[in-house]
Amino acid sequence: MKREKKEKIIKNTFLIITFTSILLLAGIMLFLFSEGLPVFKSVTLKEFLFGHFWYPTDEPPDFGIFPLIVASLSVTLLSSLIAVPLAIMMAIYLSEIASPKMCEIVKPIIELIASLPSVVIGFFGMIVVAPFLQDYFGVVLGLNLFNVSLMLAFMSIPTICTISEDALHSVPVALREASFALGATKLETIIKVVIPASISGITTAIILGMSRAIGETMVALMVAGGAAMIPLSIFDPVRPMPASIAAEMAEAPFRGEHYSALFAIGLVLFLFVLVFNFIVDFIAHKYQEIGDSTL
Amino acid sequence: MKKSLYFLVSIFFICFCPLSSFAKQIVIKGSTTVLPIAQSVAEAYMKENPNISISISGGGSGNGIKAILDGSTDIANASRFIKAKEIKLAMGKGVYPVPFAVAYDCIIPVVHPTNSVQNLTLNQLKDIYKGKITNWKEVGGANKKIVVVSRDTASGTYEVWAKKVMQKERIHPRTTVLASNGSIVQLISKNKNAIGYVGIGYLNKSLKPLKVNNIKGSLETTLDGTFPISRPLFMFTNGWPKGETKKFITYILRPDKGQKVVKKEGFVPLY
Repeated sequence: MKREKKEKIIKNTFLIITFTSILLLAGIMLFLFSEGLPVFKSVTLKEFLFGHFWYPTDEPPDFGIFPLIVASLSVTLLSSLIAVPLAIMMAIYLSEIASPKMCEIVKPIIELIASLPSVVIGFFGMIVVAPFLQDYFGVVLGLNLFNVSLMLAFMSIPTICTISEDALHSVPVALREASFALGATKLETIIKVVIPASISGITTAIILGMSRAIGETMVALMVAGGAAMIPLSIFDPVRPMPASIAAEMAEAPFRGEHYSALFAIGLVLFLFVLVFNFIVDFIAHKYQEIGDSTL
Repeated sequence: MKKSLYFLVSIFFICFCPLSSFAKQIVIKGSTTVLPIAQSVAEAYMKENPNISISISGGGSGNGIKAILDGSTDIANASRFIKAKEIKLAMGKGVYPVPFAVAYDCIIPVVHPTNSVQNLTLNQLKDIYKGKITNWKEVGGANKKIVVVSRDTASGTYEVWAKKVMQKERIHPRTTVLASNGSIVQLISKNKNAIGYVGIGYLNKSLKPLKVNNIKGSLETTLDGTFPISRPLFMFTNGWPKGETKKFITYILRPDKGQKVVKKEGFVPLY
């Protein structure tokens, strides 16, 4: 009897803890909606999402976040273009090719990069990379789309690499051995057997890396250049959504239009990350390997 | 068991001591521009009055005034005057914010030290930020594209720039926007073709200040009103200040005490 009672108490405690955290999250979402939606009293949804001008403090103000959305998306895209190939190649090297000793040296270094505070990376981009781009590439301004993407790629490489390495690692040895037994080379085995078997894990890794890039605030604030316009080249300054929120929230009059516009940007950002998560879920289910190679 | 009891007792004391023995506490919040002034004046003040603790945080003028409205601070720093919307909110809550000008800030256009341009008129500055002038040769400099750098539209520094220089015209969207005076200093000192603007306290050797309408920005030209881009900095209190808050405000306004610190911090004192 006593044991059963104990069991029950433990069960209920965990249930309560779970629901508390879910409730807290729901509360944050509710707050986001209740603070963000009032902006649509003064602008329409279309003006807000597709307006080309962001002049929140003018009289009358313009709340068009299209340049900010484009900035966030282009930064995310460019940084994944840089990070994904590098990170996946690193993961393949670590899981398939490198000797255990090599792994012991390289893995802690990658984890070290992952633990670098974003403000340090932002600082590096500002002090080192920006002047470098100006001096050696003749770019007029070092704080730009390219610089910020490079820094974000640097941040998302460890995430993508570690998770894809886990995915590659969990491909059963039997599959590899079967492939070798059929006369395939190591390269063929990696490309035609190991990668397809772990594709859902790798995609999850990529999307998680992208969510990290789209939500990153400090680096975007320090290195992106902050011009609220649609970039015409990769050396134009941009203003991603999180940077705009972080830079302006402190000075926006409480419960004013600008304040709720910033919350509405937060909502848009939230929706983007939500879509990313749905994609992960979808791919993880669709490409799930069945049988021996289940991840 | 005994150990944990001691621990609990000491925690209890740490929590409740400030309420009893250090009851005299002043809370200051608001503008990051006024923050260095508030911080060093508070340090000097606490040295003279050791039984008072002053807690200071930034967060911006808007947040400071918000804190005055909801009563979570005694003094709100602001680099701008209170807005009509905020006054309306205050009246609704029965709060009467009282402004005290504590210093002047002077905002100076700056370029890289190698730039040959010495002086710009207010109109030229406006045209540069509007995107009408895009090359340094149009204002007497080298044949180079101008990299225009501005502050966040929400910052107090930008507000002054918008009012005094832009005069209701809009800054071109292509303009680079940075989040602090410090990062502007950083960028201008590293970029030969850039122009930006910073508070007078942030001038250093890596920047070249420009004259505006042939007037050099300095303490003198700010106080006699000839330098066109300057503004007063405020501290707001809820109603006419009383008790410790009043003593602190008086201290900061005294020419031999607070105002000396203001000057040392690179701002323009009132007298």
